[in-house]
Amino acid sequence: MTFRKYLVLAGVTVFAAAGDSMLSHGMKQIGSISLYHLQGLILAVLNPWVAVGILLLLAFFASYMNALSWADLTYVLPATSLGYVLLALVAKFALHEQISLMRWLGIVLISGGVGFVAGGEALTSGHAEEKSKSLLLPKTVKNGAPDREGPNGGDAESPVLSRTGGSGAPATGSDR
Amino acid sequence: MRHVYTWGGILVVVFFSVVGDVLMARAMKRVGDVHELWRRAGLWTVVGRILSTPSFFFGVGGMAAAFFSLLFALSWGDVSLVAPAAASLTFIGNAFAAKMFLHEKVDRRRWIAALLVAGGVALLAG
Repeated sequence: MTFRKYLVLAGVTVFAAAGDSMLSHGMKQIGSISLYHLQGLILAVLNPWVAVGILLLLAFFASYMNALSWADLTYVLPATSLGYVLLALVAKFALHEQISLMRWLGIVLISGGVGFVAGGEALTSGHAEEKSKSLLLPKTVKNGAPDREGPNGGDAESPVLSRTGGSGAPATGSDR
Repeated sequence: MRHVYTWGGILVVVFFSVVGDVLMARAMKRVGDVHELWRRAGLWTVVGRILSTPSFFFGVGGMAAAFFSLLFALSWGDVSLVAPAAASLTFIGNAFAAKMFLHEKVDRRRWIAALLVAGGVALLAG
């Protein structure tokens, strides 16, 4: 894991929590939307809070796509675990929602669970080999120097890609 | 009745989220490491490769459906219940779906985490 990849995961976390909070605030201003009056959804997008929330969720989407390109789905989702804590803090202090002790415990348990899972490898799927090949191909053609063990030529990304080869090195356990 | 609406909305969000996430994950694995590809071949190659992956569009469709159902659910319930509950149940659904459809190695560590998350969701609902 490189600093850049941690930044991407942080982006997934923060943008999702901030976007959801903004949406919630906007939707509370608008009130309940009836299934029989769907035009309310279009009006909802015109609310500034909802609009900013959508922009933040677009930023989340870009970070999320980036993360999914180099890590498992079951790794990327746990990486957003701190978002639950962030969301609870925003809900309590910015939206003034009541959060009971049981809900706090639930949030802690969820964060613990997803933090626990994040200690494993980032990429385990069968697509790892396929991905390495797809990354190798352009370079092989361009430079004429194929290198299966070091597809990135020893740059900062190489530890992650070499881990997909099955070295089993711990990814982020020490960080959580 | 409000709880029925809230939890019904949450389940709909979860279903579409899992479908969207799995398809998006599949698409992005086919694209490859975006940063690496961008540096090597340029932004337009990245965009072109993403746009030529059909599961990307199906994934976006699933996520869009999840987004609009989330809008409904958020208007019916508190954000501190709806967002974590939907995301956590999505996490469990994704663990099953990722194992079945993406062939990820969902090991004991990840299953234990799924149970912890399920417990957390039960507490959130209490």
